[in-house]
Amino acid sequence: MLRYTVRRLGQLVIVVAVLSILLFAWLRSLPGGPVSALLGNRATPESRAALIQQLGLDQPLYVQYWKFLQRAVSGNFGVSTGVQPGTPALEVFLQRMPATLELSALALLLAVAAGIPLGYFAARRRGSWLDNVSITWSLVGVAVPVFFLAFLLKYVFALELGALPVSGRHEAGINATEVTGFYILDGLLTREWDAAWDAFLHLILPAIALSTIPFSVIFRITRAAVLDVTEEDYVRTAHSKGLTERVIRARHILRNALLPVVTIIGLQTGALLSGAVLTEQVFNLPGLGQALSLGFQRQDFAVLQVVIIASAMVYVLVNLIVDLAYAAIDPRLRTR
Amino acid sequence: MLTASLAACAASERDSAAGGNDGTMVFGAAGAPALFDPFYASDGETFRVTRQMMEGLVGYKPGTAEVQPELATGWEQSEDGTTWTFQLREGVKFHDGTPFNAEAVCANFERWYNQTGAGQNSALSYYWIETFGGFADDDKPSLYESCEAPDPTTAVINLARPTSKFPDALGLDSFSMQSPTAMEKYQANNVRAQGSSFVYSEYAKKHPTGTGPFKFESYNEGNGTITLTRNENYWGEKAKLSRLIFKIIPDENVRKEELLAGSIDGYDFPNPADLQSLSDAGFNVQVRDPFNIMYLGITQKNNPALRDLKVRKALAYAVDRKNLVQANLPEGAEVATQFYPDTVDGYAKDVQKYSHNPEKAKQLLAEAGHSDLTLRFYWPTQVTRPYMPDPRGIFNAIAGDLRAVGITVEPVSKPWNGGYLDDVNNARADLFLLGWTGDYNSPDNFIGTFFGSTENQFYTAAAPWGEDLAKQLQAADREPDPAKREAMYAEINRKLMAQYLPAVPLSHSPPAIVTSKQVKGLQPSPLTAEEFASVSMSEE
Repeated sequence: MLRYTVRRLGQLVIVVAVLSILLFAWLRSLPGGPVSALLGNRATPESRAALIQQLGLDQPLYVQYWKFLQRAVSGNFGVSTGVQPGTPALEVFLQRMPATLELSALALLLAVAAGIPLGYFAARRRGSWLDNVSITWSLVGVAVPVFFLAFLLKYVFALELGALPVSGRHEAGINATEVTGFYILDGLLTREWDAAWDAFLHLILPAIALSTIPFSVIFRITRAAVLDVTEEDYVRTAHSKGLTERVIRARHILRNALLPVVTIIGLQTGALLSGAVLTEQVFNLPGLGQALSLGFQRQDFAVLQVVIIASAMVYVLVNLIVDLAYAAIDPRLRTR
Repeated sequence: MLTASLAACAASERDSAAGGNDGTMVFGAAGAPALFDPFYASDGETFRVTRQMMEGLVGYKPGTAEVQPELATGWEQSEDGTTWTFQLREGVKFHDGTPFNAEAVCANFERWYNQTGAGQNSALSYYWIETFGGFADDDKPSLYESCEAPDPTTAVINLARPTSKFPDALGLDSFSMQSPTAMEKYQANNVRAQGSSFVYSEYAKKHPTGTGPFKFESYNEGNGTITLTRNENYWGEKAKLSRLIFKIIPDENVRKEELLAGSIDGYDFPNPADLQSLSDAGFNVQVRDPFNIMYLGITQKNNPALRDLKVRKALAYAVDRKNLVQANLPEGAEVATQFYPDTVDGYAKDVQKYSHNPEKAKQLLAEAGHSDLTLRFYWPTQVTRPYMPDPRGIFNAIAGDLRAVGITVEPVSKPWNGGYLDDVNNARADLFLLGWTGDYNSPDNFIGTFFGSTENQFYTAAAPWGEDLAKQLQAADREPDPAKREAMYAEINRKLMAQYLPAVPLSHSPPAIVTSKQVKGLQPSPLTAEEFASVSMSEE
């Protein structure tokens, strides 16, 4: 187990190294670049040349990459040019990460809390109204574009009913103490209940919007897995052994059905970040997704590098955790 | 109903008895400011914030582009136009308590002039370079020579030559007076290049210190809000708001929704398509006087046909600018007859005009022997500018006009920051869409910027008159006598439209600003340089 974990972490290092080289070269091959972003439409050929030279962008790529690595080793990943100009990219990442994690966690919680029970009961009562409604809903969830759903949610709950905020993490002007950067947690830690509540209200609509796709996927996989497992020989054996329904459901059906569900939750966790790009944009959440879309729009190399590499690391780590969880659920994998 | 209005009365009485309104205004900003030291900035998002905290020697009269006294109460120039003496306002203090006096003025000028390293890059000190040229330790000549403080209320600025830019340019946000004490304490000059960007000083991020009606309180990057509070010791009429918050909302639609939901009180440059619905919904849409220009740029570098005046005139006749203004620009937009609006000195009423005339365009092209002309026409994506609210629509309209006179248009569209500016500024286009919003009321700020150098987007270096035009612009800028200077600029404008035509001026388009009904007293500025000190929040 330990050896396995170490080997997987070794793979992580290779993935990150290769990715960073490709990303570095690719970003610099895009037209435009930070020079345009910094100088705007007031640039002259003279001022462009001076800036390119000053920033060392005229040097060969491998020299630039080597310098980037040297700085990166000492924890310096460059400075933002477009997303939060002048702020170190790592700081931009750390400031924005809590927003994305809060959002993703709540979205995933919603998706799991609704998807697994619904999937399970839909399968148990196959063909019932519950089954039909859930299936239809999960289809809608996958099919409706996030921005349209976001628009509907905002229109109904924020603009018409005025019950929930339109966008952002906190109401402007709220005076909350920052401890961890996780606003709900901060509010609870500092006993600023209204700040925590305000942050929670701000998260509801985006979390619903972000959760629709993972919900649909988790629901469908759970339903299919439960249906599959119910037909298995060992379930029939358990029945004939005279085990109670409850034991069969909990120990034989649910436990075995959860294996593919755990895998899919892991994959969906990774996919949440790409979902967050759009969700954070339409809900103006200053998180990593927004940093990515603004970063591309404004050619912010430093922020893009940090956010993309860090996201890749998260993706690989989540996969590792899933595999370990898999082993925990399925004893057969442990002995290998 | 009656009780409600009575209560409102009582509330407003209480407010005025307390000596002002204690409201908070939340204004939606489209982007994060780069920093809060306006000297190193050239972006509107930074200036909108620093303008509320800082003041220059001169300012602009609210609602106009006319110069008026601000930290200087008066000024005079010597006969030869090289020595400017400013009388300073007395009893003014910076937010940190440092007195504002002639020494502080000179400290600011010396700071600007003595920039080194990264500080000399035009990505940072753009406005200094544009206005004054070089620095103390580089080989480019500088307009600035020295600053003297004969007594605390008199500052004397010595220039190397006369210039049309003075004193107007001193009202630019970049030349705001900042506290010498705070700048030294927090190392304001400590900027350096690193990786693909710049690292700014602690002063610029956390401790901007001016003399203005609002003070810096905080910038919460995690939540994207900047908070300013009222300067209780302000020398003039104090701000009516106790707090001014800027909330960063990069997405235009979200800005609109936030305004509709009431969580922000206003935002800038609403999409022209939204103006009617916002105004119908009871919001206060104010349209500024246009102080900008959009032009159809012509690059003379690549396609030799474009070096023929007849071809360039044919382009001018081909474009239906009246229709463009009516169909693609907001109400209040005007057809441009020259490269700046009529509020700027030297505007010439009698320039040659080009009405929409496709027949004449075809005839000119035939005369020039270019009836089968093919042009690479660049237009930008992922951007709207105050002068160019809808690049795609504008491109389509003009491209259609050009095709109608037999020109083959090869469209090239690129993202604004993703290659468009790069290509256009490096003279890779044949035709392109671009424009300019005036920084202050000076012809030099418009046509001096466009045609003062010859190897830029227009590439007038390829024209026999390119060098000469640059020299005429320089001579006009250096003429100390305002009347003579104005005549020189008018003459240049006439030549620009009749003999040179380096680009086709298209339109002046009025940028709008929208606020909720509660916002009172906002005076829109043609320079898009609103001051929020006069704003109060009513309780309706």
